[in-house]
Amino acid sequence: MQSSISLSLSSASPISVRSDGGANSAAPDLFFSNSSTPNQLRFCGLRREAFSGCKSSNNAVLFKQLRPKTKISASLSSNGNSAKGFDYDLVIIGAGVGGHGAALHAVEKGLKTAIIEGDVVGGTCVNRGCVPSKALLAVSGRMRELQNEHHMKSFGLQVEAAGYDRQGVADHAQNLATKIRNNLTNSMKSLGVDILTGFGSVVGPQKVKYGTVGGSETVITAKNIIIATGSVPFVPKGVEVDGKTVITSDHALKLETVPEWIVIVGSGYIGLEFSDVYTALGSEVTFVEALDQLMPGFDPEIGKLAQRVLINPRKIDYHTGVFATKITPAKDGKPVQIELIDAKTKEPKETLEVDAALIATGRAPFTNGLGLENVNVETQRGFIPVDERMRVIDSKGELVPHLYCIGDANGKMMLAHAASAQGISVVEQVSGKDHVLNHLSIPAACFTHPEISMVGLTEPQAREKAEKEGFEISIAKTSFKANTKALAENEGEGIAKLIYRPDNGEILGVHIFGMHAADLIHEASNAIALGTRIQDIKYAVHAHPTLSEVIDELFKSAKVKSDVSSAVAEPVPV
Amino acid sequence: MVSLSKQSMMAQLLNSSFTPTTRGLRRQSIPSITQTTSRKSQIQAKIREIFMPALSSTMTEGKIVSWVKSEGDKLAKGESVVVVESDKADMDVETFYDGYLAAIMVEEGGVAAVGSAIALLAETEDEIAQALSKAKEQSSSSSSPAPPPPPPAETTIPDPVPVATVVKAAPVTVVASTHPASDGGKRIVASPYAKKLAKELNVDLSGVVGTGPMGRIVAKDVEAAAVSSVAAAAESAKPISAAPGVELGSVVPFTTMQGAVSRNMVESLGVPTFRVGYTITTDALDALYKKIKPKGVTMTALLAKATALALAKHPVVNSSCRDGKSFTYNSSINIAVAVAIDGGLITPVLQNADKVDIYSLSRNWKELVEKARAKQLQPQEYSTGTFTLSNLGMFGVDRFDAILPPGTGAIMAVGASQPTVVATKDGRIGMKSQMQVNVTADHRVIYGADLAQFLQTLAKIIEDPKDLTF
Repeated sequence: MQSSISLSLSSASPISVRSDGGANSAAPDLFFSNSSTPNQLRFCGLRREAFSGCKSSNNAVLFKQLRPKTKISASLSSNGNSAKGFDYDLVIIGAGVGGHGAALHAVEKGLKTAIIEGDVVGGTCVNRGCVPSKALLAVSGRMRELQNEHHMKSFGLQVEAAGYDRQGVADHAQNLATKIRNNLTNSMKSLGVDILTGFGSVVGPQKVKYGTVGGSETVITAKNIIIATGSVPFVPKGVEVDGKTVITSDHALKLETVPEWIVIVGSGYIGLEFSDVYTALGSEVTFVEALDQLMPGFDPEIGKLAQRVLINPRKIDYHTGVFATKITPAKDGKPVQIELIDAKTKEPKETLEVDAALIATGRAPFTNGLGLENVNVETQRGFIPVDERMRVIDSKGELVPHLYCIGDANGKMMLAHAASAQGISVVEQVSGKDHVLNHLSIPAACFTHPEISMVGLTEPQAREKAEKEGFEISIAKTSFKANTKALAENEGEGIAKLIYRPDNGEILGVHIFGMHAADLIHEASNAIALGTRIQDIKYAVHAHPTLSEVIDELFKSAKVKSDVSSAVAEPVPV
Repeated sequence: MVSLSKQSMMAQLLNSSFTPTTRGLRRQSIPSITQTTSRKSQIQAKIREIFMPALSSTMTEGKIVSWVKSEGDKLAKGESVVVVESDKADMDVETFYDGYLAAIMVEEGGVAAVGSAIALLAETEDEIAQALSKAKEQSSSSSSPAPPPPPPAETTIPDPVPVATVVKAAPVTVVASTHPASDGGKRIVASPYAKKLAKELNVDLSGVVGTGPMGRIVAKDVEAAAVSSVAAAAESAKPISAAPGVELGSVVPFTTMQGAVSRNMVESLGVPTFRVGYTITTDALDALYKKIKPKGVTMTALLAKATALALAKHPVVNSSCRDGKSFTYNSSINIAVAVAIDGGLITPVLQNADKVDIYSLSRNWKELVEKARAKQLQPQEYSTGTFTLSNLGMFGVDRFDAILPPGTGAIMAVGASQPTVVATKDGRIGMKSQMQVNVTADHRVIYGADLAQFLQTLAKIIEDPKDLTF
């Protein structure tokens, strides 16, 4: 009993989901009688040192818990006492992955924490982004394998024609989102984070109000405020989204239709992932990309290879160097119309007529109505300006005390896990420990089949930096074709690429295209985060035969100058 | 990974102007030796052949993954030009000469043997045209690019059926796309896959009728068009009424070609021929065809290949009787395939069909058909056949016999493959696709038992076609 509860307290893992409120409220009593040290109960499973100084507050918590309260915190109640004179130590506006990560860490730090959510817990990632799209991609990956007769035959497998049930696929995505959302909600509830429902906005320094539009509004005070309101799909001018034939990722993830021919505007990772899903389900895809080449933002070499594998052999064509100036949904028996102009000359080029269009031109920060004017903050193209510690900067260029912004809303790195990492960094700061997040150590992944992942700089970025700072860079590459496990899976297509400094062995960037690339990148991102040099990590041992040997071989093939001491791994300021 | 030294050594051994770029190799200065072409065509200018490099010690052939540069692009020493896939990895290959990429001889997706020319490099812009013509010259013999269309619809046979009738039977579909947005045919609306297919199968989309949503051209339209492409395309040049436009009650003299056919047919009466038929199950062949069709392989090429492999085992069936006194055993197996063309008949020849791989054979076939259509076939391209194939299967003909063209020993008439209910030896009844073939042979050199054994071998090859693709 005790161990199972401790699990639910110590992690946001799915295990906590099923612990219903009744069981939890009974738990303190039980523990109280079973154990002599209440605070051990509260935090069993977590590192003790993280909670030094929390003892008194824990007692208070438990005491409070024994009496039924009407507050939202149904389970273990709130955590910690708020600082004197404030309702909360920390109020987070937005319960996406960033806000959730910050809240969990804040509880760990003993801060009394509330989180305000106007929509559903989980934000974009869980409800309209990474999570449901992974469900669709899991389906598309299997479809792709089953449809690839050659691939199956090479395993000696015989598969009858593979088919799918659209609603079943859509349900899988929806169920996954619901499950993860519940996990997130329950993990916060069980830790005693107050979940306040309504749209939150800043009304003044250290003051936040929340409530529904036209309904009652409540003002609360907080020692520190984190804005984590995330982003929404960016829809360019001239594009009319009807949610049926002209859609954004929000609609596409519901998979209400599988159009025969869909245009995807934007060939970044969102567009790329959807092209993987749609083509696996039988659609034909046309990319419209404003830049001269597909997949801008990826390392050019990886992009080239990815295009050879993910675009060229599939039922995909593309127009590059064009803007979609006007997109009209299908109506009155007419198809979706997309007017293209040349991105440089602005001359009309072509009109596409297709069954559907997916707008994947990126994401815009969701920062309207946040009351930023009350603290004299002006957004820049919607983004809230922050410094390297996520402290909000006002229109005069000065820091706004006690106000932070994390995640997509600040635009530093629009990735769920980056938001979460930024949130944890902020919590570290407000609990008295300076912390600066090294964004170059944050990996990114695109979950196509095969996957693409990256961390750090691309080759052109590294070359530019090297030129500016006067050092040399080298490139090492390994192929999945030489990896036993990849060949066993008949997935030899792929490369890993390392960009490094031969003079000191510093890893500048790693890019992987191949099977399970998204899982393989972390060895590199951890090395960058911890300042591990190639000459040290190359001696690390990898299980054989595993895909991780691709990375092992990558590090081993790097040529670091021999006179470099291997003991240079001084901690990088992270 | 192959060691650097071995790679560079190989590159030198092969006289390749190209060396693979892998880690660090960029910095190796390899004195590359490019062979300046001076074989038969005494081209003086600096036109260099770009060879398929050996990227590993075990590599015998390489696949062109992509051309980084296009024809006409200026190349600087050290620039990546082409990406080659070896048995081990994909590698960028760079040039060691400045110049212009004059002609690409093996297209993306094509395979070339190590050491064979894949492109031509011209030193100056003026030499590009020269190089291009040279590339054309070579392309017929070398493993050359672009997968061909499956052109079964054009074949016919030297038989008593009037050619005009055959042509009329061919589907003639020359209607512009009826997509409402096509601006009266000015714009072609085709789905991405349809466009890809059209490029692969060499189908001109402007002549394809779209049956997809809003009348757009979809993949199956292109496939349908490809099947009827040759016949339709041949006809599309002239008014639709031209083909059946025979004025009744009139007398029309033979054209030169028809005259030649007539003479040959009469001459054939002097040869004592006999016929042997065989029924062959084609399920395996059909499956293979379906699988490699996307790579540009045609049924004609597959049949030619199968026949050639069977002939290799029965040289007597590939022989002929020239003087009435002796066997002439032909040194090579050249399969002539009868093609109905523009009111006539011609037999383009697939040379060495037993030795050339199926993909090259398909490409060669495509070129031959194009040349035949343009009436540019050289004599050696239609007169060197040692065995003739005639296929009327695409019209639903299930069996027929053919007249033996003079100068050859045998001709095979191929009927349609049709689903047939068959009883098996264990007493079951099943469905199999079967086709009937019927060989006409010169009994002076080829006897009944020879044909029987040849047909048995052929049936074995077609029923277990794994050897067709090597």
